[in-house]
Amino acid sequence: MPKNWLKGVNSAYDTIIIGSGLGGMTAGNLLAKLGHRVLILEHHYNFGGLATWFKRKGGHILDISLHGFPIGMIKTCRKYWSKEVADSIVRLKNIRFDNPQFSFGTTFDKEDFTQLMRDRFGVLRETVDDFFTTVRGMNFFDDLSMTTRDLFEKFFPGRNDIHRLLMEPITYANGSTLNDPAITYGIVFSNFMDKGVYTFKGGTDQLIKKMKKELKKNGVDVRNHCLVDKILIEDKVVKGVRVNGREIYSDAVLSNSNILSTINKLAGREHFSPGFLEEVSKVRLNDSSCQVYIGIRKGETIPNVGDLLFTSEEEEFTSEALLEPRTKSRTFSFYYPETRPGLNQYAIVSSTNARYSDWADLDETEYMRKKDELVKETLDCLEKYVPDVRSKIDHLEASTPTTFKRYTRHPGGVSFGTKFEGLKVSKDLPGQIAGLFHAGSVGIIMSGWLGAANYGVIVANEVDKFLRSVRKPEEKLEIVNV
Amino acid sequence: MTSEEVRKSILDIIADIAPDEDLSGIQDEVKLRDQFDLDSMDFLDIVMELRKRFNLEVPEADYPQLVTMSSCVEYLTPRLKDHQPVG
Repeated sequence: MPKNWLKGVNSAYDTIIIGSGLGGMTAGNLLAKLGHRVLILEHHYNFGGLATWFKRKGGHILDISLHGFPIGMIKTCRKYWSKEVADSIVRLKNIRFDNPQFSFGTTFDKEDFTQLMRDRFGVLRETVDDFFTTVRGMNFFDDLSMTTRDLFEKFFPGRNDIHRLLMEPITYANGSTLNDPAITYGIVFSNFMDKGVYTFKGGTDQLIKKMKKELKKNGVDVRNHCLVDKILIEDKVVKGVRVNGREIYSDAVLSNSNILSTINKLAGREHFSPGFLEEVSKVRLNDSSCQVYIGIRKGETIPNVGDLLFTSEEEEFTSEALLEPRTKSRTFSFYYPETRPGLNQYAIVSSTNARYSDWADLDETEYMRKKDELVKETLDCLEKYVPDVRSKIDHLEASTPTTFKRYTRHPGGVSFGTKFEGLKVSKDLPGQIAGLFHAGSVGIIMSGWLGAANYGVIVANEVDKFLRSVRKPEEKLEIVNV
Repeated sequence: MTSEEVRKSILDIIADIAPDEDLSGIQDEVKLRDQFDLDSMDFLDIVMELRKRFNLEVPEADYPQLVTMSSCVEYLTPRLKDHQPVG
């Protein structure tokens, strides 16, 4: 008999959350604190969605998501998680760029960028200030026809080097390109420029452990190895989910799965209006990633060459070149022993953006050959920064868009959700089916660590409102008085 | 609640949401955002707290009414007149 991963689960909840990404978990925790009964179902053996990790022989713990987010995460964790989670956030001070156009380290904040743009790139102070004021003032309701390319050309015409400085890190953070609406860039870039780049001391495994503890404390039922294959809907009203062959009922379902699989597969297209499906058909998936995980043998050390290193051998910057299978651009995340106190070990993760179509249709031999090529080219590049690194490695492996697809079940193995139009579809979902909500990486601005967590909060507010509206008055009172 | 009690309730909510802020010198006619480090997520928290504490729903179209302390009091006092203060 296979293990019953649903043992002890109730027959009904107020909300069932499909997927334990940061958006799903944050929404779940908040809804439980607001007095609702919540069940989180995750198909993988770890929680966290892309905010996850894996362990390998030799004592290695390797993180998936690039370990950098804006300072806003401290406030978000304090408000919707706990002081303990917020207090584990520390700053990463050494962000490095190395490419044919420029090479330097930066604290990646407004002050340092202002100085760099004046001293290294010769831009007038007032132009820099004007640029920062413009991006800081951008918001959701602005004109969408202006692209990030237009924005850069307006302030720094023909300055491909400056475009690279401003765009490259954000592309790795959320998959946005020069062709996306400028507001998606402005919102995310301003968040980083506020006070620089931060990470969790202890690593992603410790973070998720703390979050799980908090969820349990607040009464959330969290289960893994539980794959939801259907959202139950009757007459445009949510009834619950089917998971591991069993039906569980709820007033609301919040899908933290990809927005397109939520509509096309989990719910089923037959439940939506033709007009809505027309909008759905316009939603473009964002890109995926390749990563190389490099474990340094216990006892070996590597010099401090920065926390995040944006490296490229491309003469000029283009968004397209970052996606090529044999791209010469990559980000290295360096994990020093301070990152995971007590472990006393080093690890390096290389990330590149990638297209699913370049990896999906290869036969086994060709797939393995390309993966080996990816590892080799990554190490060739890394050796320029960490001499003789090959002799210090005792674990090496790579992931591709097909790996991301297997673990996240996202169409196209996307690691950055959807382009901008996905946000509206996500927000409009409850208008189609009462009680059906979505929180997940959409619209670029709701992507990344902070975007995902905050979108979870925004949607939890809608779920709370909905649940209170469908309850009978006496039930409402009971909750209020608790 | 009287308008003074409503004002006190809003202060309590803001103090919970932004524990690092010193609210003693609050100016009722100045935008909350301009006096304190409050972002759009914090305003969403105010909306959620009003629902939790008073079962009051503030529609999205009315969010601009929460911009200053005096506009909050003016908007909320008639809507909370039958409520007792919640500590």
